[in-house]
Amino acid sequence: MSAIRNLSRRGFLKASALAGGGLVLGVYLPQLDGRAAAADENVKTFAPNAFVRIGTDDSVTVLINHSEMGQGTFTSLSLLVAEELDADWSKVRAEHAPVDPAYNHTGFGIQMVGGSTSTWTEWERLRKAGASARAMLIAAAAETWKVEPKSCRAENGQVIHADSGRKLSFGKLAEAASRLKPPDDVTLKDPKDFKLIGKPTKRLDTPEKVNGTGVFGLDVKVPGLLVALVARPPVFGGKLKSVNAERTKAAAGVRHVVEIERGVAVVADDFWPAKRGREALEIVWDEGPLATLDSRAQREQYAELAKKPGAVAKKAGDVTAAMGRAAKKFEAVYEMPYLAHAPMEPLNCVADVRPDGCDVWTGTQFQTGDRDAAAQLTGLKPEQVKVHTTLLGGGFGRRAVIDSHFVREAVEISKAVKAPVKVIWTREDDIRGGYYRPAAYHAISAGLDGAGNPVAWQHRIVCQSFIAGTPFEGFVIKDGVDETSVEGAADLPYAVPNLLVDWQKAPGGVPTLWWRSVGHSHNAFVVETFLDELAHAAGKDPYEYRRALLGQHPRHKRTLELAADKAGWGKPPPEGRGRGIALHESFGSFVAQVAEVSVSGEGKVRVHRVVCAIDCGPTVNPDGVRAQMEGGVAFGLTAALYGAITFEKGRVKQRNFHDYPILRMNEMPEVEAHIVPSTDKMGGVGETGVPPIAPAVANALFALTGKRVRRLPIRAEDLKKD
Amino acid sequence: MVKVKVNGKEHALDVSPDTPLLWVVRESLGLTGTKFGCGMAQCGACTVHLDGEAVRSCVTPVARAAGKEVTTIEGLSPELGRPLQQAWIEEDVPQCGYCQSGQIMAAAVLLRENPKPTDADIDDCMAGNICRCGTYPRIRRAIHRAAELQAQRGGK
Repeated sequence: MSAIRNLSRRGFLKASALAGGGLVLGVYLPQLDGRAAAADENVKTFAPNAFVRIGTDDSVTVLINHSEMGQGTFTSLSLLVAEELDADWSKVRAEHAPVDPAYNHTGFGIQMVGGSTSTWTEWERLRKAGASARAMLIAAAAETWKVEPKSCRAENGQVIHADSGRKLSFGKLAEAASRLKPPDDVTLKDPKDFKLIGKPTKRLDTPEKVNGTGVFGLDVKVPGLLVALVARPPVFGGKLKSVNAERTKAAAGVRHVVEIERGVAVVADDFWPAKRGREALEIVWDEGPLATLDSRAQREQYAELAKKPGAVAKKAGDVTAAMGRAAKKFEAVYEMPYLAHAPMEPLNCVADVRPDGCDVWTGTQFQTGDRDAAAQLTGLKPEQVKVHTTLLGGGFGRRAVIDSHFVREAVEISKAVKAPVKVIWTREDDIRGGYYRPAAYHAISAGLDGAGNPVAWQHRIVCQSFIAGTPFEGFVIKDGVDETSVEGAADLPYAVPNLLVDWQKAPGGVPTLWWRSVGHSHNAFVVETFLDELAHAAGKDPYEYRRALLGQHPRHKRTLELAADKAGWGKPPPEGRGRGIALHESFGSFVAQVAEVSVSGEGKVRVHRVVCAIDCGPTVNPDGVRAQMEGGVAFGLTAALYGAITFEKGRVKQRNFHDYPILRMNEMPEVEAHIVPSTDKMGGVGETGVPPIAPAVANALFALTGKRVRRLPIRAEDLKKD
Repeated sequence: MVKVKVNGKEHALDVSPDTPLLWVVRESLGLTGTKFGCGMAQCGACTVHLDGEAVRSCVTPVARAAGKEVTTIEGLSPELGRPLQQAWIEEDVPQCGYCQSGQIMAAAVLLRENPKPTDADIDDCMAGNICRCGTYPRIRRAIHRAAELQAQRGGK
């Protein structure tokens, strides 16, 4: 594919800004990836800005700067462009953007995907990119026909002159449009005129995901590619003491054994010899200070920390005084373990380091950081490093790695062996590889007045920070509080006049990271289960109790009401089942879930049905929102029922899906997802379905069994009758 | 040398006979639609057909495939594949998509053996295939839909 080159466009790109909206348009970088280059060479493209290319074959390609990892950015972001472009949706395709400042996250200032922000942070920019292209195509048509642009309109991939009925397709106008200057400003559509946004749309990436042609990081092919597996220390923080690689080096198919920052790499022709070669290494590790780490001892340590006041995340009124006056007092301890993300595609990265440049192919959520890490390791300039983003076989935060370790490994090895190398993590490497959702210990107490309403609420959270000591510290840690540790707890929506939420930073060592819904994943469980405890203690219906405390929060309230209504709250659940409700705001959206559960005689929990309501503001692709709610329930339920990473003698005890189980087809509940019609501020979707499910299930179990679950994963022994 | 027949084509390969079929298919033959997920027959991402039966290629030594017909997602016959792929598209099943080749390969055997599966049949057959994105409700719907499509095609 060759770009239509012309001075006016390049001149414009230098100016790189549109007046008014502050829309930054970056340089167009043609031939970024092999797949695009393989397209018809006779097709030329009009690239009015960094985000859209229109081919003379009528194709519309949207450059996606928020990696597609299942959450649907290929489709939702393309819809934003296509809507304002008035494109023919059947001609629209999506492709990952290269790394360039033009593609930086509008909120975070680096190129990355995370925080359930992709759609709402691109809402303006991508619609403007589409509208700007449309204006240029209309101007090109008007010039061709010698008529006023105002007398023309765009529709379904064509520009139409109303008076004469003349039509030209976008492809036919591409060449002429590329000679024009982009408009200084554009007017966006009134939402009532949307043709695509807000309607259920099929995903653009399904065809390639059902016939095996979609390219994930693990599928990347490069001539001369070698495969590496890395032996990493069995204890976090350990270091290599010595290695005897004689047997490995003698093995068929093994090419190199290389010591790197994080361990010993075995580089071979293929995966199997690399794996066999790694097994043959004789390594002595210095296990370091975590050699005795034990989950039970760590729990005691956290319990001690919970006795001391932490950094204050939220304070209102006087909790101590109010607690003293309360008619009834309650306190509880909640505990949650480390969790692995366990994306279906184990981590991997291809790096090709040459004296004059470096290419990296990987499914990453963190392009800028990865590029800079490769530049730093190779001594190359950042612009000499090209990061090619592939499809991600699941991300969930695991591929947004602040230290870029999985990219660094590949770059280091490629540099050492002077050949392109694919580092593959086995499932065991992944489960034992760290970067977990932090384990958390919560001490919480509340006082109720005579009417049963909470008058005091004190919540102490003990967990590690994965932000401290990173470049994100300045943005995320405020007044000594890591916001990712207290989100969903410090912003309690329920009316409690005296409130204290504080955080005790647990010692580091075990690498931790954002895990789909981050701090909300544990805080929602504690807040929503404890509130349920209070409702029962007050002798009130848990739904009505919540509702009455949400006076100042209409979006919470209507979401809760919709879920309760659709679930038939108030009518008895089917025989043998219990029903529980939970509500949580995260990433700017509001989600309520009602779970219906049963328990077998052996204490095995079965979740039959989940009714989910979400208010995420205006939706771009409502079916995509529903898919994320279904997926969020599955993800959260896996954690509630099974998820636990534990340590003994410094080692992670789990290693694969047999001892780190994932919810399966026969365990999946029916999920009904309902969207609150909303014109309020747009929020995120990808993570927001996760937080409410564990408390909804725990609350349903209490309704059914009278047993209160205060630790995850749910254990049969916690549900046994006394 | 190990001789294998994959998607109808014979190959003589210089690999160790204990090499899992998965890596032979992916690396020696470049058929990357079959995925690596666990390496111990726990997740089903690597599902292929060996003489028509669904097997976990990550634990199947290539020697065991010698003399047999191996079918991967790339070689799935139109009779088995098209209804499933169309149903997957209609129901908008995939999210990240990584497990879906394996899901479709497992479902293809189910529908061949049982053209009108119940929900319980689907649970039995598909419980070995993990989807971390949680697309199970849509997979279930898509299998029912594919059964309809298959019946329509068969009826013609």
